[in-house]
Amino acid sequence: MNIYGVLAIYRFEMSRTRRTLIQSIVAPVITTSLYFIVFGAAIGSRIQEVGGVSYGAFIVPGLIMLNLLTNSISNGSFGIYFPKFMGTVYEILSAPVSTLEIVLGYVGAAASKALLLGFIILLTASLFIELRIAHPLIMLAFLILTAISFSLLGFILGIWADNFEKLSVVPTLVITPLVFLGGSFYSTDMLPPFWQTVSLFNPVLYLVSGLRWSFYEISDVNVWVSLGSVLLFLLICFGLVVWIFKTGYKLRS
Amino acid sequence: MNDVAEPILKISDLCKTYSGGFNALKNVSLEIGKGEIVALLGPNGAGKTTLISAICGIVRPTSGKITVAGYDIVDDYRKTRSLIGLVPQELTTDSFETVFNTVSFSRGLFGRPPDPAHIERVLTALSLWDKRDSKIITLSGGMKRRVLIAKALSHEPSVLFLDEPTAGVDVSLRKDMWKIVRELRESGVTIILTTHYIEEAEEIADRVGVINHGEMVLIEDKQILMRKLGQKQLMLDLVEPLRQLPASLADFALDLTEHGTRLIYTFDSHEQRTDITALLDGLKSAGIAFRDLQTSQSSLEDIFVNLVEGASKGPAEQEAEP
Ligand SMILES: Nc1ncnc2c1ncn2[C@@H]1O[C@H](COP(=O)(O)OP(=O)(O)OP(=O)(O)O)[C@@H](O)[C@H]1O
Ligand SMILES: [Mg+2]
Repeated sequence: MNIYGVLAIYRFEMSRTRRTLIQSIVAPVITTSLYFIVFGAAIGSRIQEVGGVSYGAFIVPGLIMLNLLTNSISNGSFGIYFPKFMGTVYEILSAPVSTLEIVLGYVGAAASKALLLGFIILLTASLFIELRIAHPLIMLAFLILTAISFSLLGFILGIWADNFEKLSVVPTLVITPLVFLGGSFYSTDMLPPFWQTVSLFNPVLYLVSGLRWSFYEISDVNVWVSLGSVLLFLLICFGLVVWIFKTGYKLRS
Repeated sequence: MNDVAEPILKISDLCKTYSGGFNALKNVSLEIGKGEIVALLGPNGAGKTTLISAICGIVRPTSGKITVAGYDIVDDYRKTRSLIGLVPQELTTDSFETVFNTVSFSRGLFGRPPDPAHIERVLTALSLWDKRDSKIITLSGGMKRRVLIAKALSHEPSVLFLDEPTAGVDVSLRKDMWKIVRELRESGVTIILTTHYIEEAEEIADRVGVINHGEMVLIEDKQILMRKLGQKQLMLDLVEPLRQLPASLADFALDLTEHGTRLIYTFDSHEQRTDITALLDGLKSAGIAFRDLQTSQSSLEDIFVNLVEGASKGPAEQEAEP
């Protein structure tokens, strides 16, 4: 195992974040606060409680999931897309690092950054409402698994994309709608039965629901089903990445 | 030179067909001994970069076998890649990293533990030590090329590839570079470089290979090659156009071109004595005045035309065209 190689990639990716520290920390704090002001205060004053939890508290897991997903994908995709775009990927391709090590470096860094963001949002949220986390370990498991699988998805996207447009099309056209329709800001009980059924085909619902259960023990689907589906998704993404490197798909001509 | 030990680089029947169906390399075979400096010449699109990329693992060979120090580049890629340093043709660097960090990154990537003293030595040798904390985006093109060289040397490779290292490089860097290349060779590093300039190959290489249309047209000891190819030309721009050469100059290898306004004398620069003086005397007594004169070494392109035209009458080309 080329541990120095993995660390080099990981550190390189993390140092990019350090250079844009303000953007990485201040931006999520501000957006989270805005969400609380708009959703929590303005709308929340009309919707009193959902499943015995104040609306402000109810949206916290959804808000974290929303940011975790989009951030994981953008970190994962930019991390590998950029060297491709700049041409510096030649060095990675000619280095004695295996598939697993490249993925470990890039995806590890992408997931770490996304997790950091998740915690910043959690902290910001705790300034607005009183947080209760019933199962911290399960919460951690959800956050970590989600960050890793969506960073992997981002990594695949970054390899597939050969222009900036493709890079942004999946996050904006697929992920954002899925997150908004995935019960981030409402419980599926509030929907008509037909849409409740449709929602069950939305993978993000399982993530949000599982994370919400770890906070308040309320969920749209069983927590173990949620956890199982994240694991399944993780395996699928990892399988795809292994295939990409085996075939040299879009990386080695 | 390389008949004693096992070759450090051995390529057998390497073919590369790009996904579009283009044959960039056709049955290339090559052996390079430890400590050799080999220059690869060839016109644009000949396949030089493709060949290097295949050895380094950037391009997947379609068929054939490559070993580095006896290790297969596919089965033992970790071993072979850690032995290789590559300076690519394109100036591709990160922009916002500092010089020191980006060179340290390369060392780590190639699996070596941190060694700031080594990085310092490399940066000093390339006159980059003063710039160690500068962001790469603030450097000039020549300095960026130095950074790429430093990155390639960061993990102490045994085989160094320099893909057109002198493109866009000033005289001082070229001198530095050849000095470093010689020092590396002293320490046993094998160097393979590509270039478009025969003078460069002449200056630095032990052996010269010529690639054309994906084929290794020739690989030859430099001394021998230079003797074969060392033709020079003296060009004289005449004041008055000449209709034909005076009979008194018939002994010289002269060509009259540009509607009689230019006289070209071809001679061998490796001859101990050239007949330039006699020619000039002859011109004077024939009353031919000239405005300007210049000499030129036969360019790679000329040599190529010669080589390829020569080859097209041989069996190789006939095979290629059924
Ligand atoms: N990724 C690719 N896909 C398809 N064709 C390619 C690819 N890379 C190179 N080629 C083609 O392969 C041939 C050899 O290219 P290569 O870059 O190896 O040439 P070169 O000898 O390095 O030329 P130069 O002196 O211009 O650098 C060219 O015709 C080029 O168009
Ligand atoms: Mg080239």
